[in-house]
This record gives sequence, structure tokens and C-alpha cells, in this order.
Amino acid sequence: MYEFEFMRPTTLAEALSVLSEDEDAQPLAGGQTLIPALKQRLAMPSKLVSLMGIEELRDIRATGGVLSLGGGETHHDIAHDAAEAFPGFAALAGQIGDAAVRTRGTIGGSLANNDPSACYPAAVLACGGTIVTDRREIAAEDFFQGMFATALDEGEIITRVTIPIPEVSAYVKFAQPASRFALVGVFVARFPDGVRVGVTGASEDGVFRWTEAEAALSESFTAEALEGLTLSDAGLISDLHGTAAYRAHIAGVIARRAVAAAH
Amino acid sequence: MTKVTMTVNGEAVAEEIPDNTLMIGFLRDVLKLTGTHVGCDTSQCGACVIHMNGAPVKACSIFALECEGAAITTIEGMADPDGTLHPVQQAFRDYHGLQCGFCTPGMVMTATAMLDKTPKPTEAEVRKHLEGNLCRCTGYHNIVRAIMAASGQEVAGSSAE
Repeated sequence: MYEFEFMRPTTLAEALSVLSEDEDAQPLAGGQTLIPALKQRLAMPSKLVSLMGIEELRDIRATGGVLSLGGGETHHDIAHDAAEAFPGFAALAGQIGDAAVRTRGTIGGSLANNDPSACYPAAVLACGGTIVTDRREIAAEDFFQGMFATALDEGEIITRVTIPIPEVSAYVKFAQPASRFALVGVFVARFPDGVRVGVTGASEDGVFRWTEAEAALSESFTAEALEGLTLSDAGLISDLHGTAAYRAHIAGVIARRAVAAAH
Repeated sequence: MTKVTMTVNGEAVAEEIPDNTLMIGFLRDVLKLTGTHVGCDTSQCGACVIHMNGAPVKACSIFALECEGAAITTIEGMADPDGTLHPVQQAFRDYHGLQCGFCTPGMVMTATAMLDKTPKPTEAEVRKHLEGNLCRCTGYHNIVRAIMAASGQEVAGSSAE
């Protein structure tokens, strides 16, 4: 690992000040992706600015039908503290990585990384969430811009994520057997004005909404409504873990399971 | 170099370390606590799991400076000072929960963190909770039996006694 200066500010203002003064400084959230990358010398920051000591990034609350999560909230705390207000989202958080990863990993870090196999993007996009940063609010549909690409600028920090709470929802992940990341993950959410379906892990372009499934489920929110509906395999990932056609098939299977499990 | 202070197994420690020191390096190379193992060094295997303020973390994937002010427990802190094993350690011994023993410190730390919050887990919960801990010897069955036994629940078959 290269050398760097480690900083642990206690306010967002302090963190932003360091990041704006030094373009080689990099924010560090839970570190469950960045630290392995640093070990491989894939990054060479001058300073690592830990966000984990910033109390204003820690907050979980549900008001007015919206779940609001501080950007520094961990998967573990979301899985527990959001379970009553938004069980589908909390259950998703409880399936990320493993127990030790959930202790450290944060929603802000995960969304900023936008791994194409990450779990959160499926739910945040399906529910029409908003990513709030130190300088603006970004709608989920504008935020996710392909594999590991987001609308964030350099040094911009996710301070909050707000997610409208659906009537019922569920996330089903088909885990890649070795990494346990989503080979395909589907989040279904039924709102009063219709159903929305987010798919992660499957596409070369990262998370997306499966609009044909949304239309069918908005007519009838039953697993049977998806019978005979197949996701197009155009643009889906093909690798040694599964072909594009395989991923398309799995998406259909787990979408039906998600509908059956939604509560 | 930066000074870091924390509590490790109940004892206050303070050391000057390079900023890029990982917690696993701090424990093994600075404090000479070599019970916490480096398996993969890529956050996959869980051999390096320790407790940070009671929660499991992988010591290979956290910097020592991130543990400033924290209460850390390692495998060395599990048995009583007189050598009496922690109930989970004793159960691993009784139920053949280890063969080569390399993964065992991480298994014990992950299991104890789970049992602190879920004292009577189901077998399925135990298996799910061990997702981040790899064992290449046992096939996991005896590890799961040991953890079930340590939680005071009935375990099929007999112990080593």
C-alpha cells in the first residue's frame, strides 16, 4: 500500500475543506471496497479522509412515508433500525456482504461506488429515491450512470439518501456463489400509483428498471402476472458465472419470487 | 506517524504508527498478538475477524487509526486469565469444530458476536452468519454444531467426550 496521511474529521465542513484543498485527497467511508483497492495499489491518495467520525452523517428515520438515511449509516444499522418502517429495504441491507462487512460498509459508500452487482441501487432506483450531497439533490434515475459511474463530482459527499416507502416490497438476490455479490438482484416495490422493478447485477450498464415487468405487475401484483414475460438479454453481462441469457432467465425467476415475498 | 490509542482486550494501548497501518498489522506486528490470522488479506475469508465495540470487523480491512478510541477484543481476550476457555472455544474443542485451526480465531469471534445478539440462533441463522468465514477443512458441519451447543441447544450426535 502507498503511504498517505490519514485524517478523521468530526464535521462535514472539515472533511469538505480538506477535499477541496487537495485534489489527491480521497474520502474513506466504511472502506470495504476502497481498502482492498488500496492494497492492490489501484489508488494513491495523498490523504484519506475518513467520514466515519462525522456524527451528522449518522441518522435513520422515517417520516411522511419516506425513509431518510444518513450517508454514513452502516448496512448493519439500516438492517436493524429501518426494519419496522421499511422491511423490504432493511432486509436488503441485511443481505449485503457478511456480518463483518455490514458492521463497516455504508450506504453512501456503496452508492458512490455504484458496483454493477451492488444491492442498494436496485432498491433506490426502484423506489425513486433521492441522493442528497453536500451541494445538491440528485434523483436516482440521474444518479446511476453505468458501471462504477455516478453523477457525483470529485470531492462530492453523499450526506443523505431519501427513499419513498412503498406499500409492499421485497428484494431477492441470486448470489454469485463465490463472491456472494448479486449475480442478479431484483427489488419490487408496489406504490399506490403503480409497481416499480429495479434490477442489479445483470446489465453492462449497471442498475436499471424492468419496465415490462412494471407494466404487468401494475395490472396485477401477482407472480402469475410475470409468467411468459422474459427480460431481453441485450446488453446483459456474460461472464464465466453466467451468460446473458442465463441472467435474463434468473431475473424472471427471482422477480416472481420477490412479488410472492413482498410484504 | 500518528499516535493511536485504544483498548485491546481490556488494556489501554498507545503507539506511534504509520498512517497506512492496517489493524491486522497493528495487532500482529506491533502488539505481537498473533492469534488473529491473516488468511486471504482481501476481506474474503474472515480469519482476521475481531470485535470493535462488540461488533465483528475484518482486521485486514480497517486501518488501525480507524480504531482510535475503540474497545477491541481479539481471540486472546476470549479465555479467562486462568486459562478457562470461553464457552464457544470449549464447544469447538468438544465438537471437533476445527482441524488445522487456521480459521478458528475468526470463526470464534464471528460466532461470539452473533451469540451476543442472538443467544438462541437457528441452525440456518448460524450458517448465514458464517457466510464471511471460510474453512477449508471441516466442511462447516462441526463448526455449526459447536456453535449450536455453545448456545445451549440440542445438537444431534455426541460430543467428543
